[in-house]
Amino acid sequence: MKKVAITLNINNRDVDMLVEPRKLLSDAIREDARLTGTHVGCEHGVCGACTVLVDGKPQRSCLTFAVQTQGKAITTIEAVKGNNDGYSALQQALHEEHGLQCGFCTPGIIVTFEAYLKENTNPTEDEIRDVLSGNLCRCTGYQNIIRAIQKAAAVMRGETPGAAK
Amino acid sequence: MNSKPGVSPLDSPNSYIGKTVPRPNAKRLVQGRGNFVDDLELPRMVHLAFCRSPYAHAEIASIDKREAEALAGVVRVLTMDDLKDYCTPWVGTLDHLKGIKSAEQWPLANGKAFWQGEPVAAVVATSRAIAEDAVELIEVEYVELTPITDMHTALAPETPVIHPELGDNLCFERKIDEGDVDKAFADAAYVAEETFTFNRHTGVTLEPRAIVCDYNPADEALTLHMSVQCPHMSKNLYAKHLGLNEDKVRVICNDVGGSFGIKIHTYSDEMAAGAIAVMLGRPVKFTADRLESFVTDIHARDHEVKAKMAFAADGEMLALDFEDITGVGPYSVYPRTSGIELNQVMNLTAGPYKHRNYRAHGQVVFLNKNVMCQYRGVGHPIAIAIGEHLMDEGARGLGLDPVEVRRKSFITDDQYPYTAPSGAIYERQSHIQCMDKLVEMMDYDGLRKQQAELREKGIYRGIGFASLIEVTNPSPAFYGVGGARIASQDGCTIRLDPTGGITCITGVTEQGQGTEAIIAQVAATAVGVQIEDVRVITGDTDIVPYGGGTWASRGAGIGGEAALQAGKALKENILKVAGVMLQAEPSTLDIQKGNIVDAGTDNERLPLSELGRVAYFRGDTLPHDLQPELVVTRHFVSKGYPFAFTNASHACYLEVDTDTGMVKLLKYWVMEDCGTVINPQLVAEQTRGGVVQGIGPALYEECLYSPEGQLLNGSLADYLVPMAAEMPDIIVGHMETPTKTSELGAKGVGEAGTAGAPAAIMNAINDALSPQKVKVAHMPFTPDKILRALGKI
Repeated sequence: MKKVAITLNINNRDVDMLVEPRKLLSDAIREDARLTGTHVGCEHGVCGACTVLVDGKPQRSCLTFAVQTQGKAITTIEAVKGNNDGYSALQQALHEEHGLQCGFCTPGIIVTFEAYLKENTNPTEDEIRDVLSGNLCRCTGYQNIIRAIQKAAAVMRGETPGAAK
Repeated sequence: MNSKPGVSPLDSPNSYIGKTVPRPNAKRLVQGRGNFVDDLELPRMVHLAFCRSPYAHAEIASIDKREAEALAGVVRVLTMDDLKDYCTPWVGTLDHLKGIKSAEQWPLANGKAFWQGEPVAAVVATSRAIAEDAVELIEVEYVELTPITDMHTALAPETPVIHPELGDNLCFERKIDEGDVDKAFADAAYVAEETFTFNRHTGVTLEPRAIVCDYNPADEALTLHMSVQCPHMSKNLYAKHLGLNEDKVRVICNDVGGSFGIKIHTYSDEMAAGAIAVMLGRPVKFTADRLESFVTDIHARDHEVKAKMAFAADGEMLALDFEDITGVGPYSVYPRTSGIELNQVMNLTAGPYKHRNYRAHGQVVFLNKNVMCQYRGVGHPIAIAIGEHLMDEGARGLGLDPVEVRRKSFITDDQYPYTAPSGAIYERQSHIQCMDKLVEMMDYDGLRKQQAELREKGIYRGIGFASLIEVTNPSPAFYGVGGARIASQDGCTIRLDPTGGITCITGVTEQGQGTEAIIAQVAATAVGVQIEDVRVITGDTDIVPYGGGTWASRGAGIGGEAALQAGKALKENILKVAGVMLQAEPSTLDIQKGNIVDAGTDNERLPLSELGRVAYFRGDTLPHDLQPELVVTRHFVSKGYPFAFTNASHACYLEVDTDTGMVKLLKYWVMEDCGTVINPQLVAEQTRGGVVQGIGPALYEECLYSPEGQLLNGSLADYLVPMAAEMPDIIVGHMETPTKTSELGAKGVGEAGTAGAPAAIMNAINDALSPQKVKVAHMPFTPDKILRALGKI
């Protein structure tokens, strides 16, 4: 298949690449931009591990062709940062609350909720569970992920969250 | 139940044992800086894709690979004939499973394909995409053979034999008959009976299986980058079957994206990758996609059980009698076999109870479906569900409370150590104490009251219990005695670094459960340093002590004890040096928070960094007869008992919508006893994750096969797994009955959640349905099954 030259803006940097039109954004991010924090779990849009932000909105990079995202701003886990020792509040909370085990699903969850917590700064547990249902975590049972998201939301609102259970 | 040894570093004021310490390795995972196999790129690396059999049973008449080979970017197209000089076949049997048999299995189908998804040909190409394109161009002519897919008729004389050289389709059979079962049933006040179906399901690790094989012909050395639980076992098997010197095979296992027992077996596609790497002399990568995962990652369970249990009038359980049949794949999986799950069901059913009359008969039959082997819980979910369901049935039949029936039947404290009629030996368990705590934690009486009130309003809620035992800390009795080179011992090397920090190099591995944190906590405690100053290295067979890895809930119990003993020995060596430097008796010194202190007063005398500086760079200032040994290795193998059994009591509260058949999980409680709790947060989270992997198959998960042996739901859109919206909060309480087989006293905790949840869910659903006088015992309990039981469809 004939390759096309494209430029993707990933994490505020332009990356030139030569890709087949069928190449998935997830593969372009991992193979061409060599950013391996975005994980591929199912390649059919169910598990959510490959979620990235496209113009600030969460999107399955395994259901998106790389060529479709030219001219858009792509954000991956590698660009998620914050003031807590380089961590965002959400990353910090996930670590403290043991909101991850193997860590394979974690980048997709973080990227999803970095966007969501900007939209909804004080989500209820049900709202969090609803959004989190787009991400499969096979290790944890979700409870600690939810606690971590609640804690991060509180920190982002400027509140002091309750002590970890 | 707390009976820790008197003088132990575990009791020191700065002990990290029993404390929640965030995992040191989690930091990079939340930053997307993990190091998974598929992330790896090596120079000249090529990619593999497999042409897989679309049929469950077929003869391969011909393979035409010309068109595939002609595609630009394709390096090779290979069939089994091409690999025969590079790999020998394997047979999945163990000596201690008497009579188990299986056929020779090759990395690619050798003339016949035995399940849908079996690799038939391999394409090596410069990219995975090209390799997949080429797979489409391979023309394979198949002659379909009769697929054997029904476990009930697999042994019938008219059923064709899958491997004619084996004589029949029986893989393994076991019988136990202890006590006087017939008399116990004849004398019983009540007999509970049920026929159960335990659905075939699989692990769904979010990171699919992946391997990078890198062969260096100059050194005749093979490096395998694997997502695996048992690096040394893999090293041995790849060397053996690829004809290499075992000492020149290195397995490197970095981050593992979920494993749960899936990544502990010999997979033909991965062995093919190894053989092809040796053939080509260049790195080869294979990463399974999700469909490949569903049709080739081992499946588990798929048992049908007919069971009955006898009770005395006061509720005491007297006897159990059951028949279990399970359909595995066309091969017994190598090297752990497909007989172990059934063997566990035979060993463990009704394990918490003191009955002496036990009859069990189990058969494992070959089928033309994907292979089956050990997945989290191995046999336990079946064993626990049989026993616990019948306990509830007994209670219902006798008009007693299910908690009371269990209390009457538990092995009592004065009976330990206890040998069950199956031969399983329990050192000490806390069933009674856990049940007492559980009913308190869940407010059992309150829930029963609420349940009764809601029933009046037509709302059907149910409470289900499950008391369980779990095999952990296996000794060589599990695999070693059967001839498998699977280490049950493990080792830990601890080094004092010149900085005053310590580096622990351990044979157990990390798959997300927190092994590194556990080893760090134990080592920091044993040596006397701060946890921030501990680094843990795992997973590289060129570096770590020879060991089994992490499976059968052994990481904390076995690896942790090795770390404890290594840390204690290192401390002794450090104090010897400190004694000379400080002109003091070593016995008057101690190490706290990285400093040599006066024992008792904790008066700081010397930082470890200063001791490290002198020992490593200014040995000239030390006496001639003092050679500091600041690296120590210790090993541990569990002796005295074949396994350290843990126990737990589970309870589930749920609501069944009798109009839709939907089950809503309201809350879940676990009182677990894994002996010494090293890190309560990690123990609780292992329990929760385990429970959810038991909820999945109880309510949603099933690998559905057509009669032709076609998997009907090989995608995550069709195979349902638990998601956040459906999962309840899971409350975990701890009870500690340390094992005396080690100083640490820790038993395992990885699988107990999975072991108990299906039973608790089943019991709660049946409790909810009890006013309707109907029952379900066929997992998963999907709405259609519940509505059918209710006679609504």
